[in-house]
Amino acid sequence: MKQKPQITDINRSRYDFRFAEDAGDLLASGITPQIIREISEEKGDPEWMREFRLHALEIFARTEMPEWGPPIDGLNLDNIVAYIRPKSRMNTEWDDVPEHIKETFERLGIPQAERESLAGVGAQYDSELVYHNVRREVAESGVVYTDLESAMHDPRYAEMIRSHFMKLVPPTDHKFAALHGAVWSGGSFVYVPAGVHLEIPLQSYFRLNAKGAGQFEHTLIIVEDEAYLHFIEGCSAPKYYEAGLHAGCVELYVGKNATLRYSTIENWSKNMYNLNTKRAIVEEGGRIEWVSGSFGSHVSYLYPMSILNGRGAHAEFTGITFAGEGQNLDTGAKIVHQAPDTSSHMDTKSISKSGGISTFRSAVTVTEKAVGSRSSVSCESLMLDDISRSDTIPVMDIRTDQADIGHEARIGRISNKAVFYLMSRGLDEQTARAMIVSGFADNVSKELPLEYAVEMNNLIRLEMTGATG
Amino acid sequence: MALLEIENLTAGIEGKALLRGISLTVGSGETHVLMGPNGAGKSTLGYTVMGSPEYTVTGGTIRFDGEDITELSADKRAKLGIFLSFQSPVEIPGISLSDFMRNAMEQITGERMKLWDFKKKLKAAMEILQMDAAYADRDLNVGFSGGEKKKAEILQLLMLRPKLAILDETDSGLDVDAVKTVSAGIDAYRRACGGALMIITHNTKILESLPVDRAHILVNGQLAAEGGQELVDAVNRSGFEAFTEK
Repeated sequence: MKQKPQITDINRSRYDFRFAEDAGDLLASGITPQIIREISEEKGDPEWMREFRLHALEIFARTEMPEWGPPIDGLNLDNIVAYIRPKSRMNTEWDDVPEHIKETFERLGIPQAERESLAGVGAQYDSELVYHNVRREVAESGVVYTDLESAMHDPRYAEMIRSHFMKLVPPTDHKFAALHGAVWSGGSFVYVPAGVHLEIPLQSYFRLNAKGAGQFEHTLIIVEDEAYLHFIEGCSAPKYYEAGLHAGCVELYVGKNATLRYSTIENWSKNMYNLNTKRAIVEEGGRIEWVSGSFGSHVSYLYPMSILNGRGAHAEFTGITFAGEGQNLDTGAKIVHQAPDTSSHMDTKSISKSGGISTFRSAVTVTEKAVGSRSSVSCESLMLDDISRSDTIPVMDIRTDQADIGHEARIGRISNKAVFYLMSRGLDEQTARAMIVSGFADNVSKELPLEYAVEMNNLIRLEMTGATG
Repeated sequence: MALLEIENLTAGIEGKALLRGISLTVGSGETHVLMGPNGAGKSTLGYTVMGSPEYTVTGGTIRFDGEDITELSADKRAKLGIFLSFQSPVEIPGISLSDFMRNAMEQITGERMKLWDFKKKLKAAMEILQMDAAYADRDLNVGFSGGEKKKAEILQLLMLRPKLAILDETDSGLDVDAVKTVSAGIDAYRRACGGALMIITHNTKILESLPVDRAHILVNGQLAAEGGQELVDAVNRSGFEAFTEK
């Protein structure tokens, strides 16, 4: 029987704490070639990577700010410290992780999650991985799960990284992709060899915890032909009042007849600018399945792109966005059909409350080559009051008449009848409304592992009471 | 002892009076029938007793178990033991019947329920109503047929065991077999907890298997007649004409 998550009492403090700053090597604010060289030296980058960073910085300097989406002028780039290395070094045993860092992670439930079902944990504290562990059976199957920096120095993977790093998302993509290329730090590298089905999901948990710190983690995943991987990325950040920036980058390579499911729950603090870029390329018969819950942040720009590059490739995007007071979340998904018989489906929900603005953008491109392709987009919005806003901006560029394209958008409000119905069964008004909203978000929660679904419902409940930072 | 005491109740919607001075009393464990032509205010009375914000009470009082509940919100009334079976139950996507039921029971009793105990109870109640077990995992009322929705309402009645159940047109739109099943469910509720019933109906099919203590005829927002089983029989024979032409 399918177990739906229960809404239980939650400990609000879990989402709203931080420790005193202890980030040792705070480099000077502002981003100059000198800083990039320091970062590069600190990391012991290979020559090509140092050049890559400096080149990306040049692109960053000459690229204009994005012209779409909500304003980001509250973001002071000079104040963002690109790289803060925690005092601790890489750890493979939980016992070796420093106490205060461990405490942060324990309050986030990471060790428990690992004990229960997850294969490995790569948790990023500030800008570097401090804890990393892949269970033996995962390693024995030939799956590589490590931080990108280590992999870059490992002769077995160095060439693989060089040939894939920022090839899907080049620094010229937009200003923050360029910034990412210059200052990226930490993140995950996953390699699943051909034919390997990893049954247990791999998990990473990113978190910001230093004033003014940017988070520029890079995730590179290669799933070879006929292989299967579920990767879970979870983000949360403590409350802060100074502008913070997240400009991560995710690049996913899905081989022939391979499947990659990429699940994300993002919960950034409400002052964050989340300008993130995610992209997947899928070869013949392969599948990419995005499951995405976007919470928190002051402003988000997030539109995972799937490039269907081989015949019969398939993309699926299931997402939810929750925009509360003071939030302007610009999210969506892009699909590029560039091979015959490819198919895609987007199923997204957005919720806006207390003046929050939620904009959903879908972009479906079907090239001349993509004959026999199918695409369907479904977008539902729920506005919880009269001062909130929800917009849908669908863009379609179809270059063949032999394609089947559908788009459906609905905007609604919580019906008073539904609230009364639930109240007549003993639920107080707030609980009734939270239940309706959780139900609305069911498209995402039923795709998530139970513990994440529970966490997401807790987040929704927190957002409904307006109690988050 | 009087369970529900309605005294000179007036209520309406957007200034339009729908209930125009209604007084009636339901004792513990009694079965009452509220009949009347369409638009007489039967459902309005049911919703107003449950505490629907759609209707504004403009005068009079509603007491339950001796407590004045006229101003209470619906959830508080539910916790005191009032239940309303909706004529058109609302569809709630994304919440399974089972999860909702457990949540509601915990809200009403204020106690956590063991999953195992809950499932056993739910299964037993669904068997009485001849509901397929798969409905427990389906989204609440979503895509249910008319009959299934009504059964799901009676299922909630069986699980929540209120002191007073108001059944709004529970029999409407049901075929003969479904009426029998639903009646069996209502009977099971009465046997299980001796609960009182206020049955809102404009026909009498559902009443065949239930002993009626008191019948009220509502016409144009006012009580036009009150009596016992004989009043139900009279309506059965000649409809409401005798009461509307008064």
